[in-house]
Amino acid sequence: MAKIVIDGVDYEVNPDNNLLQECLSQGLDLPYFCWHPCMGSVGACRQCAVIQYRDEDDDKGMLVMACMTPPTDGMIISIEDEQAKSFRSNVIESLMISHPHDCPVCEEGGECHLQDMTLMSGHNYRRYDKEKVTHRNQYLGPFIGHEMNRCITCYRCVRYYDDYAGGTDLSAQASHHHVYFGRHEEGVLESEFSGNLVEVCPTGVFTDRTFSENYTRKWDLQTAPSICTGCAVGCNTTPGERYGTLRRITNRYNSDVNGYFLCDRGRFGYGYSSSDQRFADPLQRKNETAEIMDDSAVQSMLDGFSSENTSVTTIGIGSPRASTEANYALRCLVGADNFFSGMSDEEFESANLILQLNKDKAFHSPSIREIEQADAILIVGEDVTNTAPRIALALRQSVRNKAMELADQSRIPRWQDAAVRELAQHDRSPLSILSGYKTRLDDVADDEIIDSIPRLASFAQAIAGSLSGKAEQIQVEDGQVAAVEKIAEQLKSAKRPLVIAGSSQGAELIKAAANIARALGESRADGAIDLCLLTPEVNSMGMAMLSTEENSLGAALEKLRSGEASKVVIVENDLYRRAPHGLVDEALEKAEQCLVIDQLPTATTAKADFVLPCTAFAEQESSYINYEGRAQLSFQVHRNHARAKSSWQWLSAATEEGIESLMHDCADAVPGLAKLCEILPDKSQFVGGMKVPRQSHRYSGRTAMKSHLGVHEPKQAVDSQSVMSFSMEGISSQKDASILASSWSPQWNSNQSISKFQSEVNGELKQGHTGKLVMERNAEGAYLEVSVSEDSSAELQLSRAHQIFGSDELSSRSSVIKQRMVGSYLGISEEDARSKRIRQGDSIAIVGVEASLSACIRSSIKNGSAVIYCDETMDSHSLPRSINISKSNNEVQTGIKGLIISDLMDEDN
Amino acid sequence: MTSEVIASTSSKARQLNAEEIAEIEHEMTLYPDKKAVGLEALKIVQKHQGWVSDESLLGIAKYLDLPAADLEGVATFFNLVFRQPVGDNVILFCDSVSCWIMGCENMKSHIKDTLGIDYGETTEDGKFTLIPVPCLGDCDRAPVMMVGEELHRNLTPDSIDEIVKNVRSK
Amino acid sequence: MVSNPLTKNIDMSRGPLDIAGYESADGYQSLKTIAKGLNSVDVLQQVKDSGLKGRGGAGFPTGLKWSFVPSGDGAPVQKYLVVNADEMEPGTFKDRLLMEGDPHLLIEGMVIAAFTIQASKAYIFLRGEYVVAEKALKHAIAEAEAKGYLGKDILGTGFDLDIVVHTSAGRYICGEETALLNALEGKRANPRAKPPFPQVSGLWGKPTIVNNVETICNLPGIITYGVDWYHGLTKGSDHGTKLFGISGKVKTPGCWELPLGLPIRQVIEEYGGGMQDGLELRAFLPGGGSTDFMLPEHLDIALDYDEVAKVGSRLATGTMIILDDKTCPVGMIGNLMKFFAHESCGFCTPCRDGLPWVDTIFRELEAGRGSEKDLQILHEHVDYLGPGRTFCALAPGAAAPLGSGLKIFKEDFERHISGKCCPYKK
Ligand SMILES: Cc1cc2nc3c(=O)[nH]c(=O)nc-3n(C[C@H](O)[C@H](O)[C@H](O)COP(=O)(O)O)c2cc1C
Ligand code: SF4
Ligand code: FES
Repeated sequence: MAKIVIDGVDYEVNPDNNLLQECLSQGLDLPYFCWHPCMGSVGACRQCAVIQYRDEDDDKGMLVMACMTPPTDGMIISIEDEQAKSFRSNVIESLMISHPHDCPVCEEGGECHLQDMTLMSGHNYRRYDKEKVTHRNQYLGPFIGHEMNRCITCYRCVRYYDDYAGGTDLSAQASHHHVYFGRHEEGVLESEFSGNLVEVCPTGVFTDRTFSENYTRKWDLQTAPSICTGCAVGCNTTPGERYGTLRRITNRYNSDVNGYFLCDRGRFGYGYSSSDQRFADPLQRKNETAEIMDDSAVQSMLDGFSSENTSVTTIGIGSPRASTEANYALRCLVGADNFFSGMSDEEFESANLILQLNKDKAFHSPSIREIEQADAILIVGEDVTNTAPRIALALRQSVRNKAMELADQSRIPRWQDAAVRELAQHDRSPLSILSGYKTRLDDVADDEIIDSIPRLASFAQAIAGSLSGKAEQIQVEDGQVAAVEKIAEQLKSAKRPLVIAGSSQGAELIKAAANIARALGESRADGAIDLCLLTPEVNSMGMAMLSTEENSLGAALEKLRSGEASKVVIVENDLYRRAPHGLVDEALEKAEQCLVIDQLPTATTAKADFVLPCTAFAEQESSYINYEGRAQLSFQVHRNHARAKSSWQWLSAATEEGIESLMHDCADAVPGLAKLCEILPDKSQFVGGMKVPRQSHRYSGRTAMKSHLGVHEPKQAVDSQSVMSFSMEGISSQKDASILASSWSPQWNSNQSISKFQSEVNGELKQGHTGKLVMERNAEGAYLEVSVSEDSSAELQLSRAHQIFGSDELSSRSSVIKQRMVGSYLGISEEDARSKRIRQGDSIAIVGVEASLSACIRSSIKNGSAVIYCDETMDSHSLPRSINISKSNNEVQTGIKGLIISDLMDEDN
Repeated sequence: MTSEVIASTSSKARQLNAEEIAEIEHEMTLYPDKKAVGLEALKIVQKHQGWVSDESLLGIAKYLDLPAADLEGVATFFNLVFRQPVGDNVILFCDSVSCWIMGCENMKSHIKDTLGIDYGETTEDGKFTLIPVPCLGDCDRAPVMMVGEELHRNLTPDSIDEIVKNVRSK
Repeated sequence: MVSNPLTKNIDMSRGPLDIAGYESADGYQSLKTIAKGLNSVDVLQQVKDSGLKGRGGAGFPTGLKWSFVPSGDGAPVQKYLVVNADEMEPGTFKDRLLMEGDPHLLIEGMVIAAFTIQASKAYIFLRGEYVVAEKALKHAIAEAEAKGYLGKDILGTGFDLDIVVHTSAGRYICGEETALLNALEGKRANPRAKPPFPQVSGLWGKPTIVNNVETICNLPGIITYGVDWYHGLTKGSDHGTKLFGISGKVKTPGCWELPLGLPIRQVIEEYGGGMQDGLELRAFLPGGGSTDFMLPEHLDIALDYDEVAKVGSRLATGTMIILDDKTCPVGMIGNLMKFFAHESCGFCTPCRDGLPWVDTIFRELEAGRGSEKDLQILHEHVDYLGPGRTFCALAPGAAAPLGSGLKIFKEDFERHISGKCCPYKK
């Protein structure tokens, strides 16, 4: 700690950070633009100038940029000094020279860092009366709008997009006051993390096009803390609603999980929730038509499914995309024995394995913040960018730990962003990837082993064997021995090694990954090894914890088919995405009564006798358990004005009390979930029944909003179930940051206000988060046996590809996401393609399987193996592990145009 | 503008010719990092093609496996990389302080009057493009300009006419 | 003894000396001296003792700069020497002369510098427009390689050196040593933060020394003829000779090698031939476009680093730009401002957005549309663009003639406003 004096007041600050960051950590107001809490300093904007004095006798001082200055013991500085203030006001005047006067029509207005800083720096009158510089905007795809005239040239966009997120198609162009930020030509921004530009840009250059379409000022949005349901990471988000529909999603800071950033699936994938296809009423199928059911009919229908009221067996099929409460309420309805997994059988096997490993004390499941600390990483078979995107962004930071180490050696402060990058050049911490195909992290990978899945399993097990004699020893080809040794050595010599695997390619790779981590741990005194095991969906982990291992989906379908069970309740699940279509058809045909609760029509709801409409993620309060075993509470943002209820409300009797009692029951009943209730807000702070408002204190137009219906302001809806209220009144969220939806602080209207809620910049929120790790780790585990057998019955060994836009069921029903989706494809090697006379993009048939997909010839793919991506129409669970293919004359529907992978062969090759 | 307008970039790339490739490969031996070669390649291509077209830029990006956006960022930063077509002879006309004191503005007017081009413009016959350049480092013999690789000093309207005539007759 | 070590071989009426000619004029003698048993510590000490200051503009002691390069066991193996031959400062025309006139001198100096810091690779960052210099240097490098002065195990010292001539794609900011490194790496030439200094983390993150052409050309003399000889070249506190130049309306503008410390008057009168007939000296920039104006009253000041600094200007590149009484000072400063505004790299705010405003105001003044308010804004920008405000020294360089000019030529500015036109235009 260093003692410094700022404007006559003593402070203790961290000398490892820069002065700007420390000023902000102390709650002081010092304007800035180019600095960002996650991206360090470059000193470009010159907005953070302060005066530094040599000693107490120095009354003149020297102007320095706080972001480029390390605090040293005894330092005396002033933010308030006139010289500093006038310089800062000159800087803002410069920045505003060409800035348009378009705040009234600018999406950023009201939450604009530039507005905030302009005010704070004291620039009130425009003196510049000459011509402004103007630019042309570019089309950047369906997500991001571009309005370059608003640019203040802080360089944050390229520093984020290129340096932080590894994007390659956005750059700074031209020079002097014509500097331009854009692509080399118009086109879709390729990075999966492009949406963060909207929040990184301190003004309105990069805007959220989905928001622009349905624009509302920040203060007019009704918001609540929410959890992204796009994948198992569970990023914290702030959805905003007005007029009954979601308008946008922004990042909600959580120091352990997503920090400041989201992926584009999470940010832009919410549109389905306002789809006009949403079920509005309970429906009963009568012959070919569906009839609306009234409340009493619904009640008696539900009674008929309750295990208490029926002699026939009713089974429930849960869902990894539904909340813990929805799954638990279903389990209560049908009884634990009759509650079945809603995952595919393969995925369920993996999920159970992961659950078991997540209890094993040899391992630690790292949070994103911890992932970023890894200094040697091995990914076993998981295409992280497409299955848990936010983690891919974290890994891009992990590989920079080598640079940080070099910087430490050269005594360059870690926050000197450009200097650290220039010093390290291409030096990175090792990241090795075992995969069936090149992944989007290939540019930062040290080693990429591309092979068939069984052979990757052998390779991984060989690494385990090399690390420990206790692990099963497997021989790899001579050519691979060196790579095995190298990776083993890198992991062994790392300070914080990390092994990542997931359920995308089946259980064998997970086992091998666990063996590697166990072997690594043997030689270490310092505790558990970071083993990050990725489950596919937002609540795969919760679902697995609620169901018994025998109760697979296959078993459920068999129960229905055999007649052992005759009624089925399916919650938020389209079984056709989970099991072979034939088996699902047979089971559902056999079932006497089938109730499906869901948001949108699916192949499964089409077969249901009853359909109950359920709420979308932002319309309900619920919790989810992420890949780490972190349970997180997601608050309701707005009401669904149709008759939809959350699944647990349909299924549980105790609907009036909110989820609290259900969560308590669940915690008591389900082993491993004992700590679930700890994520509930601390009630003691809500003195006198006061609640946290979902509307900002500037929420406007409450009367006018409904003026087309009547002149009276309708009574605000009462929320009896939550600690939040549907109004502006109540205790402000500043009291409890864990219920902080949208952050705001006097003078800080933009998202940068978050520093006011952090214990220190980049630290925890002052009052903690909306989630907690619930998993107990006390089991002793052992090495697992890995099966490495190949299925060589056909020509091509299959591995599975996933797409950030497409593989997730709900987000892929949003119209903007659809614009980025590709059709089913089969990735094959050049040689295999040539031998079948298949050219890039041709239609392909798989022998024995009804499907048509596009050929995707990729330079990285090994002969004899193939990677398949199945869109939602494909009967993907009927596929064998190896296939034969031929060229087909069928037209493919969507094709692979817009597919972003680095090893796609040119069409002319 | 819709996404259909955006054709795939790699298909637009121009195949670099053998000479260009040979020179780029030579540069590879001089620098430890291919990013450095990227800028050299822009100059090499310009030497052969007169300027750097979009297609050439993409061709370099493809050949060196560098992001086109980065190359564009570099190409548009430097004064001597031309991203628009230029005439056969580029006139780099010094308009900095010493030449200004020595009356370069009159010379510029003379060029404008006789060749009919202003800064950034090319004569109709495609022979000359006029570009201002910062101080050419020959201030004791101002005003000066370069035509192609030739430096011309102590310019007068007559000497400019002479230079133009000589170039035209070549 | 030699009294003009930098230009003794230069005769612009013929081409540069070939290697044989160069050798016969004591050429590459210094390398033989080193090969006879000097190590890099010895050479460093001699350069320090010589008192040589950088000729690139800042006048930083060369030996001291070199001493920051990490050496010894823990130091990075790869180090670089970079010669700054970007010469683009308005009114500066000295490095061109050295490279076109005597390329071997630069190469010999480079071997000494590289040997001292143990850099096995050196780049000459040459202005793209200097095609004659490029050819001369490349030819000389080939000759030196053939003779064993470059390449592997130079003169049996075990020291290797390769020199690459890199031609710039053109921008004044590339002359700033850290921007130059980015340009060499093929990046946009924005300057880098200092610290870390290039001596610690420079080209491709490796320890790097950047020196001006003229600085390097001083080295062969120092090693060949010794520190005492070097000190004997001058009488004042600064040592060695320097190239001085004069441009503008004097009778015989040109560039000459002179000992540091001559009175300015002598240089203008004796070498520049005095003002052209009918013209009076109004003011002058002593060392290129980034220096403060000096006045006739300063003519008796000695041309060395400290003396010029005492009256608030800088010796910088030593190439004077003369302003006569018939040339508009507002127009002259306006020309410089246009240059600086255009050459700003666009990285930091005051320079990127402040200079174009300044530039626009000068155009308005010129067109007779200037106002008092504009003048006020110009005044504010002097401080706003000054040292410590911007990321690199480009903008402060612009602030020097602007600030001093606003003071000295106050009336001229006012006449532009009140008369609604440039009073110098007939
Ligand atoms: C904007 C700017 C332009 C510069 N241009 C040059 C140049 O063209 N040549 C040069 O030698 N130094 C130039 N310098 C100075 C260099 O940054 C650096 O100080 C010099 O090359 C060091 O060499 P020396 O120690 O031998 O003087 C420039 C500096 C600035 C700020
Ligand atoms: S002062 Fe700033 S904008 Fe100007 S050249 Fe230097 S870094 Fe670039
Ligand atoms: S925040 Fe310090 S210079 Fe931009």
